[in-house]
Amino acid sequence: MTSRIRSWLAGLRPRLVAAFAVIMIVGATAAAGASYVSARTAILKGFQDQTMLKLRDQIVTYLPTVSLPPTQATLDAFGTALKSSNAVVVYHGLRSGSGIDPDSVPADLRQAVASSTNIQFQRVDAQGYPQFFVGVPVQTGTEGQTSGIEVYTMVSLDQQQAAIDDLSRTAWQTSALALPFAVVLALLAARQVLRPVRALNKAASELGQGKLDVRLRVKGSDELAQLVTTFNNTAAELERTVGTLRTMEADARRFVADVSHELRTPLAAMNAVTDVLDEDAEQLPPDTAVAARLVSAETRRLTRLVQDLIEISRFDAGRAELRREDLDVAAAVTDSLAARGWAPGTDVVAELPAGITARLDRRRLDIVVANLVGNALRHGAPPVEVALRVERGDVVLAVTDHGPGIPEAVLPLVFDRFTKADTARARSEGSGLGLSIARENARLHGGDIVAVNTGTGARFELRLPREAW
Amino acid sequence: MVEDDAAVREGLELALRRQGHVVHTAESGEVGIELLVLRRPDIVVLDLMLPGMDGFETCRRMRASGPIPIVMLTARSDDFDIVAGLEAGADDYVVKPVEPRVLDARIRAVLRRAVSERPTEQPESEERHGDLVIDRAGLEVTKRGTPVSLTPTELKLLLELSRTPGQVYSRQQILTAVWDHDYLGDSRLVDACVQRLRAKIEDVPAKPEHVQTVRGFGYRFGRS
Repeated sequence: MTSRIRSWLAGLRPRLVAAFAVIMIVGATAAAGASYVSARTAILKGFQDQTMLKLRDQIVTYLPTVSLPPTQATLDAFGTALKSSNAVVVYHGLRSGSGIDPDSVPADLRQAVASSTNIQFQRVDAQGYPQFFVGVPVQTGTEGQTSGIEVYTMVSLDQQQAAIDDLSRTAWQTSALALPFAVVLALLAARQVLRPVRALNKAASELGQGKLDVRLRVKGSDELAQLVTTFNNTAAELERTVGTLRTMEADARRFVADVSHELRTPLAAMNAVTDVLDEDAEQLPPDTAVAARLVSAETRRLTRLVQDLIEISRFDAGRAELRREDLDVAAAVTDSLAARGWAPGTDVVAELPAGITARLDRRRLDIVVANLVGNALRHGAPPVEVALRVERGDVVLAVTDHGPGIPEAVLPLVFDRFTKADTARARSEGSGLGLSIARENARLHGGDIVAVNTGTGARFELRLPREAW
Repeated sequence: MVEDDAAVREGLELALRRQGHVVHTAESGEVGIELLVLRRPDIVVLDLMLPGMDGFETCRRMRASGPIPIVMLTARSDDFDIVAGLEAGADDYVVKPVEPRVLDARIRAVLRRAVSERPTEQPESEERHGDLVIDRAGLEVTKRGTPVSLTPTELKLLLELSRTPGQVYSRQQILTAVWDHDYLGDSRLVDACVQRLRAKIEDVPAKPEHVQTVRGFGYRFGRS
């Protein structure tokens, strides 16, 4: 389960969803942020301008009645005139009785007002309550001389702030509403992309399993459709190539089988008279005798080779039949050894416990035994040990020699056709097919043969399932 | 000897002559059947792959004309041929390419069957097994008084099995006793011969009373 989730997370779909969500969030944030900033500026600026204009108008209206330097009474009267703006009139150390406390005005603003001839303002955030201070340096006369009188007022921006907060909240909520839409869109897009990808994946794995006729339907003309077309073309080409190779291989095998069969009849005729050549060789002139013996020996060799070729081409063609019968394996092996003059006690030491029975093809078992023991005698050194045992329901026959063993480089190839362990002795007595045939026979039984080096020689182990008896 | 390939025919003829046999050859089944009448041979060596009348048909016709022993030449590649050849009535087979010594051994073994039993048996050699009477001295078998025509191999098989009724013989034992195959005999020889024997001596060959199959072991002659 966890692995499925992990693979889902590693897939294309969550990445697409994440990408869509990020794009959406960034876009919505940018839009909301921009509109928030401009709305806030508009709201605040309107209110501030209004406040400042009103104060200036009141000052301008009242100013002509003010005499300089002002007295406390003058300041008070000025303050009263500006009451609706809740403004305080300050002149050096003096202040009007009404209006805000001048000490609450930020020092920066007071400094700016003192050194300027223009109306000054500053926004202050006092513990979450935004406040707007306005300072006016009052001028007298036409030359713009500073009178030293300063007017200050403060208005709260709470309402404006509340309106701005409302606005931003609405903007965020709208953005948040768009997020699920983005996810759904992303999933839809992912599905659109993933369906053909999944189909391709399935088809590719089928192709890998040897189903070469697998093809996909091309839909549309996008990049995925191009990919599907490429896949189809590749599969078609692969099918054609493999088909050609298979035909060629089948042709080659049939050719070997045909050649072997064609060779058999003339060889049968020659083989029939090799004994005659051998028997009469003594009465022939020396050179002719050598020639006769050579022809005789090589005819026998060629006959064996052709027989082995026919045998192996039968396996290749899948025409080898298994004829199981109930066997006492020890007796069957003893028969095989005896039939070839390998009576136990000579070069061959047999350890064949009686009573091991199995359903095997007697002729094929004989071929395996003959090939394994013959091979051990030819390439190994005596004594060749033939040992029979039962292991986990299998009959195991081990043939061990005491020769030089099999070179490590040759060991994996020892069952291949025409593999010769000893290249110096390229023409051995065997056809070079004996071990291949032995293994084919073992496999036909559902068993196998393995070759190992024991350190003091080579060992071939034949393993055959006993089958029900 | 019936063999279509001239070289094989010539080679085998030469080899068999040197083993002391008198050989007449034929290149087709038709000529072979003519020779059978003309020369009255002791045994026929028959190639299965023949042009015209094939080896199986030739074998059946020769078998129908009398209990002549037949050894067939076959390619081992075709297991089916062996079974079909044995069913057509061949006594034994040799796989091509033929080792002349092997062929000679088989020929002599088949010929021995025809004569081996003769003089050694005791005088009262007639045995009765139900409706079957076996005359070991006269080498005759009668079923309800009617003589049964058996080939030497079939006769030898019947004599071996009936020597100790009730005893089970393995196919390998039978091969050794009847065919003189010392090793690796083909048990289908036994099975095919038992089939032919049953067809001749049993009332219902599918439900044999005399030659019974013992599953997994072999055959036994039914105790009457």
